[in-house]
Amino acid sequence: MKHANSTSHLSVKERAKNAVQDEFLRNAVRFTTDRLRNRKQAVTESFGQWEVWRERGEQIRAHTIANLDAYLAQFIERLEAVGVHVHFAVDSSEATDAVLSIIQSKKARKVVKSKSMVSEEIHINQHLEANGITVVETDLGEYIIQLAKETPSHIIIPSIHKSREQIRDLFENAGATQLTTETRDLTAFARRTLRSEFLSAEIGITGCNFGIAETGSVVLFTNEGNADMVMNLPPTHIVLMGMERILPTLADLEVMAHLLPKSATGQNVITYMSMLTGPKRSADRDGATEMHVVILDNGRSRQLGDEQFQAVLHCIRCGACLNVCPVYRHMGGHAYGSVYPGPIGAVLSPLLEKGEQYSDLPYASSLCGACFEACPVRIPLHDMLVQHRQKLVASGHGNPSERMAFKGYENIFAKPGRYRLSIKMARKFLSPLAKEGKIRSSFGPLAGWTKSRDFPMLPKQSFREIWPSLKRE
Amino acid sequence: MKVSLFITCMVDSIFPQVGVSMTKILQSLGCEVLFPSSQTCCGQPAFNSGYSKEARSVAISMINAFQESDVIVSPSGSCVGMIRHFYPELFSDSPEWHEKALSLANRTYEFSQFLIQILKVETLGARFPYTVTYHPSCHGSRLLGIEDEPIRLLKQVEELQLIELPYAQDCCGFGGTFAVKMSEISGAMVEEKTSHVLESGASVLVGTDMGCLMNIGGRLSRKGSNVRVMHLAELLYEGRQLAKGVDAQ
Ligand code: SF4
Repeated sequence: MKHANSTSHLSVKERAKNAVQDEFLRNAVRFTTDRLRNRKQAVTESFGQWEVWRERGEQIRAHTIANLDAYLAQFIERLEAVGVHVHFAVDSSEATDAVLSIIQSKKARKVVKSKSMVSEEIHINQHLEANGITVVETDLGEYIIQLAKETPSHIIIPSIHKSREQIRDLFENAGATQLTTETRDLTAFARRTLRSEFLSAEIGITGCNFGIAETGSVVLFTNEGNADMVMNLPPTHIVLMGMERILPTLADLEVMAHLLPKSATGQNVITYMSMLTGPKRSADRDGATEMHVVILDNGRSRQLGDEQFQAVLHCIRCGACLNVCPVYRHMGGHAYGSVYPGPIGAVLSPLLEKGEQYSDLPYASSLCGACFEACPVRIPLHDMLVQHRQKLVASGHGNPSERMAFKGYENIFAKPGRYRLSIKMARKFLSPLAKEGKIRSSFGPLAGWTKSRDFPMLPKQSFREIWPSLKRE
Repeated sequence: MKVSLFITCMVDSIFPQVGVSMTKILQSLGCEVLFPSSQTCCGQPAFNSGYSKEARSVAISMINAFQESDVIVSPSGSCVGMIRHFYPELFSDSPEWHEKALSLANRTYEFSQFLIQILKVETLGARFPYTVTYHPSCHGSRLLGIEDEPIRLLKQVEELQLIELPYAQDCCGFGGTFAVKMSEISGAMVEEKTSHVLESGASVLVGTDMGCLMNIGGRLSRKGSNVRVMHLAELLYEGRQLAKGVDAQ
């Protein structure tokens, strides 16, 4: 499938430039992110002690990741003990192969899916469709995106960039008649259409919010209840999960059950928290008779033991950092060009397999720190963005003219004498460009600035030149 | 108290009146103000772009410049944040320089925090009969931890009417080299910020970081707005002059 929003040959700057011109997109994204972050603020304030909860969340995730090998081994052992088939995939192609061979061994033709970012990461739909298998997304947002032949632009709200009108049009193309743009009408159509798919599919694929090491349970947080159908109705259930998605105990899950929905959508509790421990037992009334868990590495294990980036594995994929990120809010998710957008995407994407193509994403940030402040497990995303830049510069892959500019900066600013001289020179150089104390010229590096704002002319005297007259007062 | 100014390269070269105001306020609060003249820049432009080696050279010259200073005060939360948080880290491989960096970090204060936390200023004797809105800069508030210090100072000013800035905590889009590198997004961000400033209806926008204020001010100027953009130190100094019946300008 060719994706409508595939613009990966462009730089993030170029994609951003295009996205910013799309007023419609920006309004849709800003409207929803504002609603989400305002609700989050209200719910965390009324819940109280939010900082204490965040610290607890950070401790749990840091402890888990620091001991990931042991907890992962325990999780796998428990999974197998309850009759689950476990597959470990080093990269996306191993993961897609594992899924495909399970499906082919069942001679299955149709898959229903609930929302899973790992499934996006490994591009499973494209692979299955290329092998003649029909894939139906059953999460409302994902269903919309699938009809539009696009990719998600937010990790929690995949269709955040779509308006009601666009959704109605997509549904009409999919066979709906006389739809209004009312939420009730739109969801009713999706529910009707998807119901028959649940019943006819042979395979259900879900993601996994948390895997509990002590019990071997797979835990899913959803709002539509579709994941329960996906994992219970088809005879075979495949779970896709990143290898870092582990929690040691059910007690840890309680903390996450507070942190995740409150941070993600400002909901006090999630609508459905489903916990699945193994396939259907003989006494169970329903459930898949066969269950597989595919655990994906895809570059994650490289971060273990890395002082700078290990904490990226603490992420619980709540999307709060996207909602508060001014860059995300103005350019939307597709402009990142990666499956994972926003601040977490800018940090994570370059670290995963084939991450080199995302090496410019860490520059898509003003380093305002709103992401860190929003993160329920206190990941220092803003520091990691700088560390990515340092890594790129140290590896010699930085932009050559920028490298020269900073060499020049060092030569001037590390030498007080040269610095004083350069202020005088800058004043001389800029003065012909100024009109009434303002510079609007789009000369050289000023262009980026002066396109949308004025630059002040340097005053006749710098502070250090005025200083002698001040000091004796 | 002997107070050394770290004026920042931006205030030195573009906004000297901020430094003048700060000096006069500190002097009137009884400080002996010094200006170590070999200071330049905190190194943040290079550091934030990933050029830590270049940032280190600049940091060394800063550490040397302030070697003899007891207390250092600066009109920028962002530059102080750089010194407090990143200088020690920049020298993590050299015990000698790490020690020096830590010592500088512990002696350096942002202007509003210095006034409230160290000088414990309770009455400024200022009057400023205008509507004012305050933009909390990201690095000052999130990195350095400036909380309500600027607001507490503004509340000491008579006749000043403080108006809340909608979405005050949102970044203005400055971000140093970000404003040039990702200029379209930065432009969209500053457009949103200025529309919130105008929406507040205030006649003055005040802040504690000239980078952000130059950005917001530059956009307001482009839009032809007559909202006045001031650093907190300028507003306080002008307010004191007004209270004394002297024209500050
Ligand atoms: S980095 Fe933090 S805020 Fe962002 S998605 Fe992950 S957990 Fe949520």
